[in-house]
Amino acid sequence: MPPCPDFTVGAGDYVCIVGPNGAGKTTLLKCMAGLLRPLSGTLVLAPGLADGGIGYVPQQGPLQRDFPASVREVVQSGCQARRGWRPFYTGLERRRAAEAMERLDIAPLAKRCYRELSGGQRQRVLLARALCGECRLLLLDEPTTGLDPEATAEFYGLLRRVNASGQAIAMVTHDRSGSLAAASCVLTLGPDASFERRTSHV
Amino acid sequence: MSETFAEYLSYPFVRNALVAGTLISLCAALLGVPLVLRRLSFIGDGLSHVAFGAMAVAGAMNFADTMALSLPVTVGAALVLMRSGRGAKAGGDAMLAMLSVGAMAAGYLVMNLKPSSSNVSGDVCTTLFGSVSILTLTTFDMWLSVGLAASVCALWLFAYHHIFDMTFDEAYARASGAGVALFNTVSAVVVAVVMVISMRLVGTLLVSSLLVVPAVAAMRVAKSFRAVCVVAAAFTVTCSASGILVAVVAGTPVGATIVATDIAAFLVMSAAGRFVR
Repeated sequence: MPPCPDFTVGAGDYVCIVGPNGAGKTTLLKCMAGLLRPLSGTLVLAPGLADGGIGYVPQQGPLQRDFPASVREVVQSGCQARRGWRPFYTGLERRRAAEAMERLDIAPLAKRCYRELSGGQRQRVLLARALCGECRLLLLDEPTTGLDPEATAEFYGLLRRVNASGQAIAMVTHDRSGSLAAASCVLTLGPDASFERRTSHV
Repeated sequence: MSETFAEYLSYPFVRNALVAGTLISLCAALLGVPLVLRRLSFIGDGLSHVAFGAMAVAGAMNFADTMALSLPVTVGAALVLMRSGRGAKAGGDAMLAMLSVGAMAAGYLVMNLKPSSSNVSGDVCTTLFGSVSILTLTTFDMWLSVGLAASVCALWLFAYHHIFDMTFDEAYARASGAGVALFNTVSAVVVAVVMVISMRLVGTLLVSSLLVVPAVAAMRVAKSFRAVCVVAAAFTVTCSASGILVAVVAGTPVGATIVATDIAAFLVMSAAGRFVR
């Protein structure tokens, strides 16, 4: 089993998870999201984090790329964690969705169809969906895969803004150059496993 | 013309067929939307073949109502298929193809070895393509379909957001604590029940069209999930009702007429979709 060093993600942290293919980056993220059970070792979540405190942005599947859903529908589905068996969204949930779209500059796209968006816009929609819950920790799995350099830079800018407003971020990434600049911690998996807390990040 | 329709509608069996047929196709269309979007349309087809095999065996065993056997068998097959569909790896579709053909062959063999009537090929044809038996539906059958449609619509309304979530992004739904396994089980059971019941309407070979065509047609013009559901429902109600009426008036086979109407309407929607885009 690939080694994983001890690490903590505190409030407001920005953790980049790097390492070669097969080192277990996505697996680690899925464990943190509660999708997988760790085979060994322990994972301790702060109180309240387990129910609705984690916003997960998975890698995009092929199914979603031609899904007929409006942007608003996708973002609102982020409120799902706290809803039961009601046919409609509450006003509060609608407002949260609207706020999340405002925050990520996608409010004008609300009525557009998800499948007509560019890759960068789709990532923002998925990010807005994750922010729609009462999220305190964002988990992102290679969010910039397939984006052009410009869209990638914009996306990192948004993440910084989100992070600055207090949400902790843990992001799996291949793109060391762009993402590490903003990171407060770097978790490396694989042969050179390490956890490094940087003192002088921007 | 309207007098002819009025005359036909005065017969209770025509009304029963119209109500039951329309409501059952409404159920199928609603259930078909997530199936098509999750790339599971082929499961409907596979299930219908399994149900055919089960019906043939039940007929040979002289079951009074073949549904007593075909319903549990189809539900079981649906549970297995939907579970494996989740991790659909290479070979999943090949397995399904084998299951489909195997069930068909077994059913046909049993029907020939132990014929329940003297007219085997007539029986086979009826099972595959539906029959005029929709016109023999009783008032009880009609109320059964009303109950079925009411439960499916209620389920749809109250689980709408869950359905959206599971369909759009199962991993995310799972991470936010939704009961994905429960959802898959419930939808497998409901799909199987609707399949078995609607088989009496259009027959084994045509039943998957009730699941698939409305959703695909709706996706041509609609741009949101809600619109897809609404358009698919309206599409199927219109097509099934007019298909049944045409079949009754023109004396054509009911199942094939409904499917032909569906396909024709689908082509119209595709053309319309080009203008909408």
